[in-house]
Amino acid sequence: MKNQELIPHLFRTEYRKITAVLGKTFGLEHIEIAQDIASDTFLLASEMWAMKGAPDNPVAWLYTVARNKTLDYLRRDKLFKEKISGKVVRDSQMSDEIDIDLSTQNITDSQLQMMFAICHPSLPVESQIGLALNVLCGFGIGEIASAFLTNKETINKRLYRAREKLRTEQVKMEFPAESDIEARLDAVLKTLYLLFNEGFYSAGKDVTLRKDVCIEAMWLTKMLLENPCTDRPPANALLALMCFHASRFEARTNPEGETVLYQDQDDSLWDAALISRGEYYLNRASVGRQLSRYHLEAAIGYWHTIKADTPEKWEHILQYYNELLILEYSPIAALNRTYALAKARSKPEAIREAEKLNLADNHLYHSLLGELYLGIDDVKALECFNTALALARSRADRRLLAEKIGRLG
Amino acid sequence: MKDFMFVFRNDPSTLTDRSPEEMQASMQKWMDWIGGIAAQGKLVERGNRLNPAGKVVKPSQVVTDGPYIETKESVGGYTMVRAESLDEATEMAKGCPILLFGGNVEVREIDRM
Repeated sequence: MKNQELIPHLFRTEYRKITAVLGKTFGLEHIEIAQDIASDTFLLASEMWAMKGAPDNPVAWLYTVARNKTLDYLRRDKLFKEKISGKVVRDSQMSDEIDIDLSTQNITDSQLQMMFAICHPSLPVESQIGLALNVLCGFGIGEIASAFLTNKETINKRLYRAREKLRTEQVKMEFPAESDIEARLDAVLKTLYLLFNEGFYSAGKDVTLRKDVCIEAMWLTKMLLENPCTDRPPANALLALMCFHASRFEARTNPEGETVLYQDQDDSLWDAALISRGEYYLNRASVGRQLSRYHLEAAIGYWHTIKADTPEKWEHILQYYNELLILEYSPIAALNRTYALAKARSKPEAIREAEKLNLADNHLYHSLLGELYLGIDDVKALECFNTALALARSRADRRLLAEKIGRLG
Repeated sequence: MKDFMFVFRNDPSTLTDRSPEEMQASMQKWMDWIGGIAAQGKLVERGNRLNPAGKVVKPSQVVTDGPYIETKESVGGYTMVRAESLDEATEMAKGCPILLFGGNVEVREIDRM
């Protein structure tokens, strides 16, 4: 691997490890110092390796530099050292020198504990996602702002408040008690799910960035499966659903960066390797009695990877949407259920159900209704697409609708 | 919005002689109906089925077997929904598949304690 690939690759895997271990060493209230040291380490790596080439063991090099930078920092900032040394001495039972434990075990534990801390119930969920991107994925403020379709100032404020909250709530980096683990893991899964969706469904134009967000969400979910206490069926189901969705990443955007709808995708572009990973995790999720929303969404995702467009396929999808809606209502699930109903049964039946949905202010609702009326009443279909166009805000949505209107007109 | 309970009544003896295919088809109809209510965001609680076997306790500690001894009809389950009015809830109940199998749905507004 060349340097220009090696460093981004290592950044992806090692930044969060260094940040997590240092964050644990210093305490969560000093997380920014941990992040600065991790960033400085990579900065030095890119300078040094560009001149002298990469070392034989780049990861060990990074850890050594991170350790030295930490010790330098502590030497320079006596006050900080005094503040944290009580904690570190207590933890490591060393009296004079501070120990930076970069063992595999501590790295793994620290990352998971960091995830639990970031997904602490005292934080609003968009702050959790922001922190996860910043602290666990090493995304800069600019990248997070683009991913959220907002400006840097908003993200800076959001992260600042989130860090303050972690401080005032005195959130510690630790594993939740056994009795809390299910609820806390639920919160982690929800954040990772939303993080993935942020990348997958965002109206942002930067396709590479959106894909990176999805890949990061998958990395973090996979990390949960590597620890016996978080390797639970819903976490496996979540990773399965991410794999199924991600398998269509190449197919759902055309070379111009525009969205291609599911029914118009070239299915030879679906990633077979990711689909089979998804099946593997879905099998691992299919133990025990718990049927989470991730199980249902993974099952829906699985049926979407089946290429043959049969009523049987859509009947399965319909029934999983029924279950999903019974578990938890969401407008998007309601719309998707209605689409599945049209495919599994008939358009008139789906139109009758669609008219009960009460989603008149949602452009996707009118877009779906237009789709259902196509071939039955094209005048009505055109009317629906026009209403949808008037309500749609994202450029991608407006373009797709304009195309449909163009075809009818 | 108010909450309503659907109380499902049927003749339990008609349920026993159904083939697995019929059971499956009936299950699908139930799921479609409840799923349709859930898709409107109007399902409060999916509810439960009640096992036909039961006891009835009467004054003076008299206990009889099963609620359906004296009548052909017994409560088979319940679901809770949300609607603007009794009329809207009643309209929703009209889609219940139990009606296809000779049962009925009682629609009652829930007065929260």
